[in-house]
Amino acid sequence: MSSAPGSYYLPNPSAWPIIGSIGLFSLLLGFLLLLNEGSAGPWLMLLGACIIVVMMFGWFGKVIHESESGMYNEDVGMSFRMSMLWFIFSEVMFFAAFFGALFYTRALAVPWLADTDILWPGFEGGWPTAGPKGPMPIEADTPVSDPAAQFSTIGPWGIPVLNTFLLLSSSITVTIAHHALKMNSRGNLILWLGVTVLLGVIFLYFQAVEYHHAYSELGLTLGTGVYGSTFFMLTGFHGLHVTIGAIMLTVVWLRCLRGHFKPDNHFAFEASAWYWHFVDTVWVGLFVFVYVF
Amino acid sequence: MATADVAHHEEHHHHPSGVMRWITTTNHKDIGTLYLCFSLSMFLLGGLMALVIRAELFQPGLQVVDPHFFNQMTTMHALLMVFGAIMPGFVGFANWMLPMMIGAPDMALPRMNNWSFWILPFAFTMLLSSLFTAGGGPAAGWTLYAPLTIQGGMGVDMTIFAIHMMGISSILGAINIIVTIFNMRAPGMTLMKMPLFVWTWLITAFLLIAVMPVLAGAVTMLLTDRHFGTAFFDPAGGGDPVMFQHIFWFFGHPEVYIMILPAFGIISEIIPTFSRKPLFGYTAMVLATAAIAFLSFIVWAHHMFTVGMPLTGELFFMYSTMLIAVPTGVKVFNWVSTMWRGALTFETPMLFAVAVVFLFTIGGFSGLMLAITPADFQYHDTYFVVAHFHYVLFSGAAMAMMGGAYYWLPKWTGHMYDEKLGKIHFWLTTIFFNVTFFPQHFLGLAGMPRRIPDYALQFTEFNVISSIGAFGLGFAQLLFVYVIVKCVRGGSKATDTVWEAPRGLEWTVPSPAPYHTFETPPKIA
Ligand SMILES: [Cu+2]
Repeated sequence: MSSAPGSYYLPNPSAWPIIGSIGLFSLLLGFLLLLNEGSAGPWLMLLGACIIVVMMFGWFGKVIHESESGMYNEDVGMSFRMSMLWFIFSEVMFFAAFFGALFYTRALAVPWLADTDILWPGFEGGWPTAGPKGPMPIEADTPVSDPAAQFSTIGPWGIPVLNTFLLLSSSITVTIAHHALKMNSRGNLILWLGVTVLLGVIFLYFQAVEYHHAYSELGLTLGTGVYGSTFFMLTGFHGLHVTIGAIMLTVVWLRCLRGHFKPDNHFAFEASAWYWHFVDTVWVGLFVFVYVF
Repeated sequence: MATADVAHHEEHHHHPSGVMRWITTTNHKDIGTLYLCFSLSMFLLGGLMALVIRAELFQPGLQVVDPHFFNQMTTMHALLMVFGAIMPGFVGFANWMLPMMIGAPDMALPRMNNWSFWILPFAFTMLLSSLFTAGGGPAAGWTLYAPLTIQGGMGVDMTIFAIHMMGISSILGAINIIVTIFNMRAPGMTLMKMPLFVWTWLITAFLLIAVMPVLAGAVTMLLTDRHFGTAFFDPAGGGDPVMFQHIFWFFGHPEVYIMILPAFGIISEIIPTFSRKPLFGYTAMVLATAAIAFLSFIVWAHHMFTVGMPLTGELFFMYSTMLIAVPTGVKVFNWVSTMWRGALTFETPMLFAVAVVFLFTIGGFSGLMLAITPADFQYHDTYFVVAHFHYVLFSGAAMAMMGGAYYWLPKWTGHMYDEKLGKIHFWLTTIFFNVTFFPQHFLGLAGMPRRIPDYALQFTEFNVISSIGAFGLGFAQLLFVYVIVKCVRGGSKATDTVWEAPRGLEWTVPSPAPYHTFETPPKIA
């Protein structure tokens, strides 16, 4: 409403939120049916995903239009930035649940399980473990012949350390791009942001290679007891977040090509860069607690 | 003013009417109304389920419903009341009052505000329709403990997805509230000048953002254990069902403060008005709220004393829990001190506020009893626990909301509510509440287990009393609905201040509050 110059911009009524809710509902309803043998499941999920994508284009497109036509004052920009930081905090807490599960099982649950000889006699505990009924762990990075009896973990000093290097460099390149944007040096901005996205995509490629290796040769799957559960849930949700972050940065990159953003006004760039640093930080935690120790 | 007129003209041009107004609205007052109506309907529906439970427990033996349906009712009653009635109710109050209290033109992110609300009807559609699937709705209690929830049918999946949606709604709503408070205050409205309701909501919003994702993580692990072969809660694969309890209660304990801190805020607004004195110990109230929030993160395992924990764990969680009595005591002391030598009058909001102080304190004391580990081995999973949390959640959270509704209804509608009916509603609620829940203390101490549809003969008398009270309590709420509808429809005209010299910016705007308030920031003295 009030578009008096300098005042806080308050948007008109909008249908995008309810469209988003409908998309979210179809997505989850489809997933529900998929899990419970309903044949319409995948189609409903696809429909929901499409609705959500349309919603994002429409909603964010409107915000970009409002911003580019100068309807937002500094306070609106501050609201956006604060919201993004709190959203990232909520994501941190989401990962905290899974890290908590990892620490709890390793430090408490598995040792307790090994201590009680009544229920599971002969279970030694230790880490990695797939539990008393799961396959036995063997030396890291050793291919197994019988996944029902054995599994092997992924050592940290192959792909994981390379991936650490890739993500850490991408955090540096996105910072270089940010500086270029502040200096209004468009060529460098587009170059270094492009490099950032590329590094992210290479990371995801290596992650896919690693997963394939784990499933086909190491006998390490989501179902490999509590080790497989924590390993794939943590790295999987991280990979999902890298994907989201890479999509965000790609959209920002395309907007840069179109000449969007000003040295002093570039919320979407900042938000995506913060998100990227967050994804990067989570990876460092993963590398240390999932791969190295 | 010319520009403003033009802007308004254009705005009316864009405003849909009828049902589309409510679906597409970006106005904090509209969205607040939506939240409050949603909360009230979930409150009535959840109450209906409670009456199914109390009907079954009216006499020993199985007569009204079969045990599996009884379990679904206890589970669904709790999920509806916690996630459908109390949490959205307080968000409704926040939407209506926060911008007016801090002199802001609206919430910081109005479109996201709309989305936070409009996720909820979809989430509860998903949750409630689980009752009609094969195998029924969730029946493992609102705590959704593994391994029971690993075994349930499709209804458990629907509950998990519903919780995911509620989580998104709560997190987006909480982000909006925090940003509004930090970024939208009128010039001069410093943090330590904010009304206590704003402070309690600021801290509540922080708790929401910190723990709702943890609940999402917990139910996600349930989902993968159910369908994707993970072993988080399965000892055969090295997991541990007790781990679910730890993660759940890491969310669950802050959650109880999410449900009570805004109630403290409302009480802290009402009591000074009807004592005609400023709030006693404002700074101490702010600090006590922050202390409660901090402590809420390190007490979770007091819900699990009997599950098996090392002795050091039991002791740590016992002492940290008892520590919470200190800041809570500060609050009760300050409310009483605010009333001390005040020029007290007892309009309906004040009656509710005083009752909350009194009855919540009873709930606080029974909580202290439950915190004592060795004693808890006796109380655990008995009706004593049920009595305890209804004293904090009904006579704490829900009755504070009723008081808040009477307090601000004149500001919202422009009409005075029917004071006589309001008082009758108060007395019926308070009396029947105590008739329902006070005997449950005795039942629990005598060993009657909770969540069981049948009981031994010696528990009959107290159960009969409790059931009679529950039906009285339920029907009394129809009067509440009637008073609200009557007040919305008409009534004597409310003045701008409504009460005698209340503090706060909301009383400086006309009654009813215009659709847009504080488009230009007010001057703060
Ligand atoms: Cu607790």
